[in-house]
Amino acid sequence: MGGRESELVLLDENGIRCDGRKIDEPRKIMIRAGGLKNADGSAYIEFGDNKILVGVFGPRDVHPKHMSNTDTGILRVRYHMEPFSVTERKNPAPSRREIEISKVIKEALEPAVMLEKFPRTAVDVFIEVLQADGGTRCAALSAASVALADAGIPMRDMVAACAAGKVADTIILDVNNEEDQAGQADMPIGYMPNLKKITLLQLDGVLTPEEYKKCVETGINGCKIVYDLQKKALQEKYFGSGGDQ
Amino acid sequence: MENKRKYVIPGDVITSGPYRPEQNVVLDGNKIISTTIGISEIYDDSVKVIPLTGKYIPKINDLVIGKVISHSSLSWELDINSCYVGFLPAQDVFGRDFSAHADDLTSKLKSGDLVAARIANFDRTRDPLLTISDRDLGKIDSGDLVEISPSKVPRLIDKRGTMIQTIEMATNAAITIGQNGWVVVSCDNPEGLLKAKKAIQMVDERAHIANLTDQVIEMLESKGEM
Repeated sequence: MGGRESELVLLDENGIRCDGRKIDEPRKIMIRAGGLKNADGSAYIEFGDNKILVGVFGPRDVHPKHMSNTDTGILRVRYHMEPFSVTERKNPAPSRREIEISKVIKEALEPAVMLEKFPRTAVDVFIEVLQADGGTRCAALSAASVALADAGIPMRDMVAACAAGKVADTIILDVNNEEDQAGQADMPIGYMPNLKKITLLQLDGVLTPEEYKKCVETGINGCKIVYDLQKKALQEKYFGSGGDQ
Repeated sequence: MENKRKYVIPGDVITSGPYRPEQNVVLDGNKIISTTIGISEIYDDSVKVIPLTGKYIPKINDLVIGKVISHSSLSWELDINSCYVGFLPAQDVFGRDFSAHADDLTSKLKSGDLVAARIANFDRTRDPLLTISDRDLGKIDSGDLVEISPSKVPRLIDKRGTMIQTIEMATNAAITIGQNGWVVVSCDNPEGLLKAKKAIQMVDERAHIANLTDQVIEMLESKGEM
């Protein structure tokens, strides 16, 4: 192969992926609730090499006033990547991609939050990606939901998110950066585990109907793993170690 | 019934069956789901969750402490530590013969003043209407403002006001608790003032601890010996 770096093996014959994981194994996930003093609610997530900080404000007055809705509160989400979050400096101005992700995350959280209780107010969610390594939207969505719960915004359920995908003709859980670049499909899923409802589903790539079903199933299993960690993070902050009483 | 009280987070199923959903719960089919982080309580026929976090949401008849932000020619606007601003009409302060020409609103309340008020009216269509025409309400002339989390106010009052009475008796302070998490403490004795403030902050920080009352008493007494 001469001077070119050897081709990346996404999945070897033993079913081990390029970063040593099994096909149904997520990356290492750590979630912490709270941490920001000045925000009403906050959360920090490490999802593999992704590092994301989320702050939530509200419910509070809407500015500009014309955005307010007399029937319900509004949710505003800003997803932003730090200039140093990727290898090549990223322009800090909101890009097309960031605006899109802000919108999808907002729409994925909306079914969960009960903003109709606070008409004429806004809840602001600020997501800062400190370090990105593929799958930031899922990690950001999971952290945003913890931060909203921490802020005491009433919610029907938590939203947990995890991606599934296809590399080397195999359905895998939690697509990382390399697999995203070289893989065949990437499907981020947002899921409300108690209500058993999907709030986010995107698909980049081509899947057969059977693969599609398997992919959704795999993704939902990932969401359940994330949900357990979200739960643990909130319990740790509010109830100490024990969940007894 | 096993475990009447439980720690819950949003989405947790508290119970299922013929219960009436009260605060911070929703009914989904026959399941009762928590909508906030808190402690769930099941009574004979109803279920509720006592929240451990969240902003103050005005409720009619609540006593709140407000801070004057500004005024128009007919009313004051008060910050009541909520997502809505409190609205105090001038007639309430000046009486029925209030005249927008003759009376100057700043003569009674200036911006920055603290006011103890009651929520006279509030619904989802308009901002909370305040009133001070009641005993013990009105401008607060002296005292220190302590801010605690609104969700800890019930713990500070405790069952029939035992906690707050304990603090008041031990320090000789007069304490006014607003349901919005703002507490005004006034005391002639500076040491008592400090102790009362410390006790209130202690309740805010350790609201979930079981023997909190004993700890507060211990703190109040230990300092007294010094």
